[in-house]
Amino acid sequence: MTGPADLVFYVLAALTVGSAILVAILPNIVYSAVALLFSFAGVAGLYVFLSADFLAATQVLIYVGGILILILFAVFLSNRISDVKLSNPARFHGQAAFLCLGLFGVLSYTAVSTAWPVKPGIVYQPSTAEIGELLMTRYLLPFEVASVLLLAALIGAALLSRPDGGKGKAVDMEEPK
Amino acid sequence: MGLDKLLVISAALFCCGLYTILTRRNAVAVLMGVELILNSANINFVAFSHYVSRLIGGQIFAVFVIVLAAAEAAVALAIFLRLYATTGSVEVDMADHLQG
Repeated sequence: MTGPADLVFYVLAALTVGSAILVAILPNIVYSAVALLFSFAGVAGLYVFLSADFLAATQVLIYVGGILILILFAVFLSNRISDVKLSNPARFHGQAAFLCLGLFGVLSYTAVSTAWPVKPGIVYQPSTAEIGELLMTRYLLPFEVASVLLLAALIGAALLSRPDGGKGKAVDMEEPK
Repeated sequence: MGLDKLLVISAALFCCGLYTILTRRNAVAVLMGVELILNSANINFVAFSHYVSRLIGGQIFAVFVIVLAAAEAAVALAIFLRLYATTGSVEVDMADHLQG
C-alpha cells in the first residue's frame, strides 16, 4: 500500500508522537491533558491501519470520551483554577531525558534491526464479530472477571471519594474540608 | 507502514510516558504518563497480532488493557480527591504519611 495511505499513516504517527512529547514537556497541566487527547486520537487512527476497527472505536469511546474526562475532572477538582499554571512542577529533567532517550534508542534499534517473522500478504478484515464471539467463548472467564473488577472499582471509587473515606452516612455529604 | 515503524512509534510513546512519570510531581500528570505507557503496550499487542500471529487474541488483550485502564483511572481519581482533601495538594512527594 503506497501513496495517500502512507501519507495518512505518517501524519497519524506524527500526531501521536508529537502530542505525547507535548504531554511530557508542557508546563501547564491542562495543556498536557489536551495534548493527551490528540495522542489518544492518533492511536485510534493507528488501530484502523492495523485492521482493528472495534479497538479504534473503543479507543475513541473509552480513552477520549471517558478516561480523558476523568483526568480533566481530577485536574479541575484538585487544583485551584487560578494557579493552574503553576500546578505542574517538574524535576530531574536531565537524568530523565538521558534515560528516556537512551531507552528509546535501544528499543527502536531493536525494533528496526530484528528480523520479525512477519507473515506476507497483509489482510484487512472486520474484527468486531470475531472479538464478540471469542469474548463469549474462549475468553469468557477474563470477560466476567473484568466485569466484576469494574463493579469493584466503581464501588471502591464511590466509597473512597466520599468525605470521611466512606465512614459517614450519605446524609452528611458536604464539601471536603 | 510496517511492523518496525509501529514498534518505533510505540517505543516513543513509552519513553514519553516514562519521562512524564519520572519528572512530574503532580499525581494527575503521573497518571497521564501511565496512560501513555498503556497505549504504547496496546499498539504493540495489536501490531504483533496483525503482522505476526494473524490471530485476534492481541486485540482482545488490548480490550482488557483498556478496561483495566478505565478502572485504574476511576480509582486513581478517587484517591487523588482524598489526597487533596487530606493534604491540600496532589503532589506525589506530599503523600509520605506511611514514612516512619
